[in-house]
Amino acid sequence: MGRFHVHRDGTRHIDEHALDVHDHHQRDGDLLAAGDHSGYTETGQTRVTILENLLSENDRVADDNGRRFGESGVCAVNLMSSPGAGKTVLLRKTLEELGRSLRIGVIEGDIATSLDADRLEGAGARAISVVNTSAGFGGECHLDAVMVQSAMERLPLSELDLLIIENVGNLVCPAEFRVGEQARAMVYAVTEGEEKPLKYPVMFRAVDVVVVNKVDLLPHLDFDLDALLANLAAVNPQAQVIMASARTGEGVDEWCAWLARQSPAASSEAED
Amino acid sequence: MHELSICNAIATTAAKHAEGRPVSQVRVQIGHLRQVVPDALQFSWEIVSSTTTTGLADAELVIEEVPAVVECRECGEATTLDMPIMACGACGGFDVKLLSGEELLVVSIDLVDA
Repeated sequence: MGRFHVHRDGTRHIDEHALDVHDHHQRDGDLLAAGDHSGYTETGQTRVTILENLLSENDRVADDNGRRFGESGVCAVNLMSSPGAGKTVLLRKTLEELGRSLRIGVIEGDIATSLDADRLEGAGARAISVVNTSAGFGGECHLDAVMVQSAMERLPLSELDLLIIENVGNLVCPAEFRVGEQARAMVYAVTEGEEKPLKYPVMFRAVDVVVVNKVDLLPHLDFDLDALLANLAAVNPQAQVIMASARTGEGVDEWCAWLARQSPAASSEAED
Repeated sequence: MHELSICNAIATTAAKHAEGRPVSQVRVQIGHLRQVVPDALQFSWEIVSSTTTTGLADAELVIEEVPAVVECRECGEATTLDMPIMACGACGGFDVKLLSGEELLVVSIDLVDA
């Protein structure tokens, strides 16, 4: 811990500091090759090299959550979208469709109120855990791993096959925070325009599947579906795309089939 | 909002390593694909650092931006992206590997010597 000594005599310790920091640089390879190698400034300050992902604390808890999901045999899916894209309606349809064959739990993330959770009542979820993110710093715009960890405590994990985590409606922040999920899905409404994948690449790059929702509105919109699909493919060539309308039910079966494929319990059932 | 969340995460990481000692500078690397607006990050940092009790009150935030660079598996060229479109800037091919641009890293902190 030589690096952390409190020094009264700056000049005597220059080499010690420089050596400490230099060791770090070598260990961390060429990451800092073009960066600052001084390690010590002449102004009575000590530079401590960290090189740590700034979300590492969140990721550590996310890994714990993921392990617990795995041990309980639950497949967790993080469902994201902008506000109003249709997550909750799709989720209700999903519960009605898939709730007969799978035991589904829901974590409802919302800045305030339990309105979304109320809309799911009676639809076929085994358990719903509501997280209001406004408990923190003015209302967080996303769920993080710690919020999901506390929401998990209120769910009978071992009695579930599938856990759908409905994130806060937002196209930016939720994509940065892993919560321990096994797969990530997003709902995107055709009313949002063709160019959003290019404007919100973090979100579009983070997901395994995109449900393009509200396709029943296409005849009424100046919306270029091919342009959306091209933009999506340019940003995330791996993402699967499902065309759907949660309102009419179109595509909901394909979405449910995708969900069921993520869950080990469902695939063994399907084989029976 | 995004920048505020990221600043909170920067403060948590910096405070963990500072262990209560006063910090004069926090240096971060942010990749261009992270959709972080540096000015908004600086603005958020003023709020986060001044409301924290972990020795960060006078800490300056230094942001190193990291360009998004892809290497093409077809032509072998490495090119820098100016849009988040995963395509080679040399041949236009889509079979590319991302070399940098997704960094969200706390590089170092400067501690004020007592």
